[in-house]
Amino acid sequence: MRAGAFRAEAPVAPILSVRGLTKRYGGRVGCEDVGFDLYPGEVMGIVGESGSGKSTLLNCLAGHLRPDAGEVLFDLGKDGMRDTLALSEPERRRLARTDWAFVHQNPRDGLRMTVSAGGNVGERLMAVGARNYGAIRASALDWLGRVEIAADRIDDRPAAFSGGMQQRLQIARNLVTGPRLVFMDEPTGGLDVSVQARLLDLLRGLVRDMGLSAVIVTHDLAVVRLLAHRLMVMKGGRVVETGLTDQVLDDPQHGYTQLLVSSVLQV
Amino acid sequence: MAGGAAMGIWAKKKDQAMIELSGVAKSFTLYNQGGAAIPVMAGAALSVAPGECVALTGASGAGKSTLMRMIHGNYLAASGRIVVGGLDVAAAEPREILALRRHVLGYVSQFLRVVPRVPTLDVVAEPLLAVGVPVEAARDRAAALLARLNIPRPLWDLSPTTFSGGEQQRVNIARGFAHDYPALLLDEPTASLDPGNREVVLELIEAAKARGAAILGIFHDAGARARVCDREVDVSAFAVAP
Ligand SMILES: Nc1ncnc2c1ncn2[C@@H]1O[C@H](COP(=O)(O)OP(=O)(O)OP(=O)(O)O)[C@@H](O)[C@H]1O
Ligand SMILES: Nc1ncnc2c1ncn2[C@@H]1O[C@H](COP(=O)(O)OP(=O)(O)OP(=O)(O)O)[C@@H](O)[C@H]1O
Ligand SMILES: [Mg+2]
Ligand SMILES: [Mg+2]
Repeated sequence: MRAGAFRAEAPVAPILSVRGLTKRYGGRVGCEDVGFDLYPGEVMGIVGESGSGKSTLLNCLAGHLRPDAGEVLFDLGKDGMRDTLALSEPERRRLARTDWAFVHQNPRDGLRMTVSAGGNVGERLMAVGARNYGAIRASALDWLGRVEIAADRIDDRPAAFSGGMQQRLQIARNLVTGPRLVFMDEPTGGLDVSVQARLLDLLRGLVRDMGLSAVIVTHDLAVVRLLAHRLMVMKGGRVVETGLTDQVLDDPQHGYTQLLVSSVLQV
Repeated sequence: MAGGAAMGIWAKKKDQAMIELSGVAKSFTLYNQGGAAIPVMAGAALSVAPGECVALTGASGAGKSTLMRMIHGNYLAASGRIVVGGLDVAAAEPREILALRRHVLGYVSQFLRVVPRVPTLDVVAEPLLAVGVPVEAARDRAAALLARLNIPRPLWDLSPTTFSGGEQQRVNIARGFAHDYPALLLDEPTASLDPGNREVVLELIEAAKARGAAILGIFHDAGARARVCDREVDVSAFAVAP
């Protein structure tokens, strides 16, 4: 091991910096005054009961929803930290194709159902400028393999896949371009337990090998314990508690978190 | 060996503490059971130097495991300083604590908590991979530890989820000793082990001390404690009247 690796490892600059993010739907609160810094290689889990604002927050972060107030600063490398809400529409679309990925809870929202599995993956590569057919197909095959979809299914449409396979295909489609930041809304929701375990293995491996940063919304505390470095607990649109994942789960400081932790099976 | 170079910075002079606590307080507030704060300790202080093994003692429920978990960052200290290898765990960011756990601070908990589906050999090798040791070297080291702790070879490729309590505990120990951490927390490492395996664990602890690790341990086994520990800290001394 390199001397000083421990110090050197903690990077100084966040990849995402969020301040005062607020979104209302008429009189109803979506999320309110949310702020945090996410560092490269960090996975943050967002938990909270149904309606607590998790998806609203995620969609505001990813630029799918326009917040009423606040800022979302993203590290654009040489251009420094830029407020993504102030980017032009083409700039934001480019970001969504290159540096960001968004994994929807329902794979149908993140896939093109009428295009083959290979096409779904290849399309993302073409969107960032890949033109060589052989290279695109090879890359698609490689990624289908990584998400454990057999090579002979490459020309099938996702409509012919099971829910778990569709979800894995959606992940391949999103990660093939090597994004730096991934947003996921209930990536394992609605999948049976053994499929869930395989998907979690896959995600853990990708985070470790690609050094991804990720924000993951889920109901499942077993999932966050395995996947998330840190946790944010939401209630009524507000953040009630944040911290190291195992600390928040094993020594929750807020009454709401205690309820959340005690009302599910321990992992 | 893994961690060898890191020791250069983290193993300080013999008289300088690797683990140093002062004014540490902890209480639990169970909001769904009346919401009263139950104080467990206050003013807790101790220090552990490189090469030293210190025992935490005190009756059941005195707060030994709680104190250890606060040092690990798993429980949140209400106040005080918990400095490990220069980092104040009580005030650190999650990513700083995770980096500390990877490189500096090992922890053998009372019970193994495993990721489903991961084979035993990989469970033990993982802490080495996390600090950048190449796969082959990490697996060799993991295999050597599993063999030394008498885990039968056919079990190495299986997930430890279905192992016996004693087998799981030995996997846990192998994992905790895989990387040469400069600081180690051991919660009942010899509990539920037969004499042969108990001896192996005590030898591992002695070897860790010899290479300069600072160790804090909980041992109900008085013989084990007398053999490997240099001093005792009685946690009851930090008790607060409820
Ligand atoms: N398009 C919308 N129009 C009006 N209200 C909305 C809209 N979307 C969400 N809300 C409301 O905002 C609040 C937060 O919803 P959100 O979808 O963010 O919750 P969530 O935490 O993701 O819940 P779940 O776990 O059920 O997915 C809820 O009260 C919801 O009814
Ligand atoms: N997560 C928790 N929530 C609430 N109370 C807790 C929690 N963890 C520990 N405690 C309480 O803190 C006190 C100290 O417990 P701890 O486990 O630290 O004792 P110990 O000295 O390790 O005992 P033993 O020798 O039996 O292992 C006990 O009263 C216990 O009930
Ligand atoms: Mg939602
Ligand atoms: Mg205990």
